[in-house]
Amino acid sequence: MSTPAPALAGRWVRAWSGRRRWPLVSIAGAGIATALVLVPLVFLIHEALHSGPGEVRHLLLRHTVAVLLWNTVRLALACMALCAVLGVASAWLVQRTTLPWSRLWAVALVLPLGVPDFVVAFGWVSIDHALHGYLAAVMIMTLSLYPLVYLPVSAALARTDASLEEAARSLGQSPWQTFLRVTLRQISPALLGGCLLVALALLAEYGAFEIVQYRTFTVEIFTQFKLGFDTVAACVLSLVLVVLSVAALAGEQALSGRGQAWRAGPGATRRPPRVALGRWSAPALAALAALAGLALGVPVAALVYWMARGSSSTLPSTSILAALAHTAEFSAAAAALATALAVPVSALAIRHRNRVSVLVERLAYLPLALPGLVVALGLVSFTVRFAFALYQSSLELIVAYAILFLPLALVGVRSGMANVPPRLEEVGRSLGVRPSRTWVRVTLPLIAPGLAASFALVFVSAATELTATLLLHPTGVNTLATQFWAYTTELSYGAAAPYAGLMVAISAVPAYLLSRRLTGAAAPARGR
Amino acid sequence: MSALTVGGLRKGYAATPVLRDLDLQAPAGALTAVLGLSGCGKTTLLRVIAGFERPERGLVSLGDRTLEDAGATYVAPERREIGYVPQEGALFPHLNVRENVGFGLSRRERRGQTVDGLLEMVGIAALAKRLPHELSGGEQQRVALARALARRPQALLLDEPFSSLDASMRTRVREDVHELLRQQGVTTVLVTHDQEEALSLADVVAVLRDGRVVQQAPPAELYERPLDESLARFLGAVNVLDAQLRDDTAVTSLGVLALHAPAAGAAPAAGVAGVSGAVMVRPEQLEVHPLQAGEPGQGEHGQGEHEGVRGREGVRGHVEQCRYYGHDALLHIRTDDDPGAELLLARVPGGRALAVGTPVSVTVSGAAAALE
Repeated sequence: MSTPAPALAGRWVRAWSGRRRWPLVSIAGAGIATALVLVPLVFLIHEALHSGPGEVRHLLLRHTVAVLLWNTVRLALACMALCAVLGVASAWLVQRTTLPWSRLWAVALVLPLGVPDFVVAFGWVSIDHALHGYLAAVMIMTLSLYPLVYLPVSAALARTDASLEEAARSLGQSPWQTFLRVTLRQISPALLGGCLLVALALLAEYGAFEIVQYRTFTVEIFTQFKLGFDTVAACVLSLVLVVLSVAALAGEQALSGRGQAWRAGPGATRRPPRVALGRWSAPALAALAALAGLALGVPVAALVYWMARGSSSTLPSTSILAALAHTAEFSAAAAALATALAVPVSALAIRHRNRVSVLVERLAYLPLALPGLVVALGLVSFTVRFAFALYQSSLELIVAYAILFLPLALVGVRSGMANVPPRLEEVGRSLGVRPSRTWVRVTLPLIAPGLAASFALVFVSAATELTATLLLHPTGVNTLATQFWAYTTELSYGAAAPYAGLMVAISAVPAYLLSRRLTGAAAPARGR
Repeated sequence: MSALTVGGLRKGYAATPVLRDLDLQAPAGALTAVLGLSGCGKTTLLRVIAGFERPERGLVSLGDRTLEDAGATYVAPERREIGYVPQEGALFPHLNVRENVGFGLSRRERRGQTVDGLLEMVGIAALAKRLPHELSGGEQQRVALARALARRPQALLLDEPFSSLDASMRTRVREDVHELLRQQGVTTVLVTHDQEEALSLADVVAVLRDGRVVQQAPPAELYERPLDESLARFLGAVNVLDAQLRDDTAVTSLGVLALHAPAAGAAPAAGVAGVSGAVMVRPEQLEVHPLQAGEPGQGEHGQGEHEGVRGREGVRGHVEQCRYYGHDALLHIRTDDDPGAELLLARVPGGRALAVGTPVSVTVSGAAAALE
């Protein structure tokens, strides 16, 4: 028996009006976010298919594609394995042993995150021009990406419950067996998540591989588009790149579905006692010092060296302040846009959870699988054909950043929003305050820290973004990244170094705060 | 003040009905307790009254104003003039006590004496500058109450307001809140799963079961004359006895007992002569007289000054178990005549607890209530 249409409509009206009336604003905002996220992918596919399926097949079934695939996959596998080993080992040393100065290490091991990958590559190559090819790429990417594993694993180790490990020991397992069968299982979601981030970063990276002359998909796409002016080939290869990213995401989902660490039963979690290192203290210290030195010391030292050597460029000298101003302007606008878009998406997903709002939220995370180059190409395809006035405008660049870093903005906004119980908004209304006013007076102040964190995260990411910026920056307007790149490609290391230094300074602050927050979280929470 | 009326309320989530044709009358200026087990729909009922949820069917009205008439009328929560105090208080964590209490007031009212008066009234004037996380559970409840009362609402809804407090604090906060609500004379609906709380605080208690109000009555009436056995057991320990019912007496194994007039809403069949049925007697109504060994029944003739209908000389038995609670003790007594029957429960003052095995004689004071 079917429900009569008026009754059905009545039910819908009741379902919405019984709650808050302002979702209309949210629905509009979330709609814009969804549209923006989908634009690059849709027009990438449109552009690729424009030339007909025969051409696409011809472009895909080439020897080059096989080489690129092999290059990309073997690099990703090697880097993920190395990052996993380095990340877990260093996190275990910091969180679980009597390592001296563990708080200092907690910061030093995260800081390489604040140095953009292409600056690390620049640092190494500028002191040793012979660094080229596969091994150089593996080394440089591992050194700059291992914090992506270290951070989540370290947080997970700080959270694990001593009672599980003690139970394993009392059941006759050796410490090593306990680590493999209990501890590793508890941290495996964090480890997998970290490895996924490493894989996605590798797939998206352009600058570092260009510097060490290692051909991956991203490098090839960039070359095809920027130097070969072959948009179709670039778009087809981009789609392969998207497929690889989605495969990485799906792989992580499939693996992390199993072995979730749930805590059964009440009782506070207790931190496990630290393992006494004894005479292993010195080797452990040496190993960590070597890691931090290679990942952070070498690039920073190279920058300092080149800055001291001074400029040696033949390019017309531009004001570093102008580049800084442009960078700040674009990044701030993008951060504001991404944060503003994240609010309605999270609000709908948390307050009005249904199939549609969950889908909208999932879609908003899609840019995780879209390298900056792919987003930029998609936007170029769209603007060139349908909105030429926007092509290479600052608005296009800002929108590209906002799309690219929407997932970052969502993290902060969503956690802020989830901490505001709907009950508070209801109480506000029962006190006679209109829903929109309640939102401004209750919800907004409570999510403000989350909004600020999201803004900062997007700002820093946009300020150090290279690939999309190279494609989209308005002609004649240079940012720190593009100016750095211009000097680097003509080997004017001394002129490039100050730009890299500024970018490192901008992104070191959040990296430092992140590591502080992690060590802070490990300390006992303030009692009431 | 206005009476709050709920009629024929129906509400479900997905396919599960939560409220089914619920009727409730909260008299003007009185405290009505809605008593029910967790998951019986208590909170949903409050949320419908407050306007946060919409029912599929039914009516909510305050005085002569209709707030909800599914399909026809819906008044938004902010226009209902109904105060709401959720379970954990739900204070705004970014505002201090003063700002929380003044939240619903206009800018001018906030600056005046109103807030100070409210803080004074609930006894937290010294805490005005504190943030919610710096308050104890009881203080948070007081702030939440002051905040809800600030706009002089027509009615007040309290959702398990004392359940998050520890036992020692609960009694005091409960007393203070009761006193305050009595002074204010605001129509109040309080939801709770605690029988003792409902009986001791409320003017009227409505028992909610399976999304329906099964009985609504003043506390004493509800306790002494529950409609059926499960309701009787829900409100406290009980002795259920087989009985031959006459007009106003019942013949039971404890003798001939007077019967209460049937409770409002009870089926009239209970009073028909010669029907076999069941009656209930509360453990407090049993009087237990210890017998000296080898002195069968003698001791009790001298104490026959108790009022009420009871067996001539009481029923013999012995104490099988004694649960000692301090203020009182619950005796489980096995009768000698019918050792296979259910044990009798008798509540005696703590000082008169008896050792296991003591032979006793049991009599009943007061009237029994017929059960459906």
